[in-house]
Amino acid sequence: MTLKTIVRAVSLAFLLVVAAPAWAATQPPASQEGFVPVDQLPTDEEFPATPLVAAAYGIAWAAVLVYVWSVWRRLQRVDRELAEVARRLEVQRRSTGSPEAPR
Amino acid sequence: MQRTFPLLVLMCIALFGYAPFLIAGAPYESTMGLVQKIFYFHVPSAIAMFLSAFVCGIASAIFLFQRKPGADRVAVSAAELTVLLGLIVLVTGPLWARKAWGVWWQWDARLTSSLVMWLVFQAYLLLRRFGGPGSDKLSAAVALFGAALVPFVYWSVNMWRTLHPTTNVVPSLPPPMMGPFLWCMVAFLALYGVLLAVRVALEERRARLDTLYLALED
Repeated sequence: MTLKTIVRAVSLAFLLVVAAPAWAATQPPASQEGFVPVDQLPTDEEFPATPLVAAAYGIAWAAVLVYVWSVWRRLQRVDRELAEVARRLEVQRRSTGSPEAPR
Repeated sequence: MQRTFPLLVLMCIALFGYAPFLIAGAPYESTMGLVQKIFYFHVPSAIAMFLSAFVCGIASAIFLFQRKPGADRVAVSAAELTVLLGLIVLVTGPLWARKAWGVWWQWDARLTSSLVMWLVFQAYLLLRRFGGPGSDKLSAAVALFGAALVPFVYWSVNMWRTLHPTTNVVPSLPPPMMGPFLWCMVAFLALYGVLLAVRVALEERRARLDTLYLALED
């Protein structure tokens, strides 16, 4: 191996060491080969609290209002049925001549 | 009762009408920020749920041991309200947890025991509806177990290591947060009183209807 060959090899190695990072920096990033799951979102990607607070109060109110509506409907139905049965009892009482209908 | 009921309804409307202003004016919590404001509905509805479970349990015990039909009417009404209030608790809690803990749900002692208690009262209502003859006594026994769960649910945060805040949070609230909290507490208790009165009235009318049907058959 002559001195000339050694100088050439060292020069080439030096060139590779110095130029490789600069060359790599000009290349586009490697394509994504897969997704890596994480448990926590980065803080800047977390959604704001406003929809959660609005949903909490909205659902609480909706639950109460639906319940009130449901009880009101059931009361209406029972009242209608009470009136109907009381009317039938009255008719029965008149036809049989019994003294009074139960309250 | 007929005189005080409209007054109670008006008081309830006034309390819930002013509550949003108090909640909006309450200071933000340092670590949780805006989402902490769910607390002002979440905790009062949970305390009303505990009260309702106790009412159901005590009324069921009276029905079981003294055979008073009026107590059974109170019990079934309170069980339905326990399920309603439990639904509010179990929905508002995860909405708060999503932001505060980063997850919707954790199988920790407080959350799991609350869910189990809610399911027990669901079982009570299912038994009443589909259990057939004699289901009133069977469901009354279920209600006793549901009411017995209340102390476990309440102290679960102190007995086991949980993510859920402990029972020390409410007593240590600073005055600007304590005011709105107590206001909402009174509002939920008033709402509970109104709903229970209406629901018991429905049961009483159903009982009267049953009596009339029996008279009609005779």
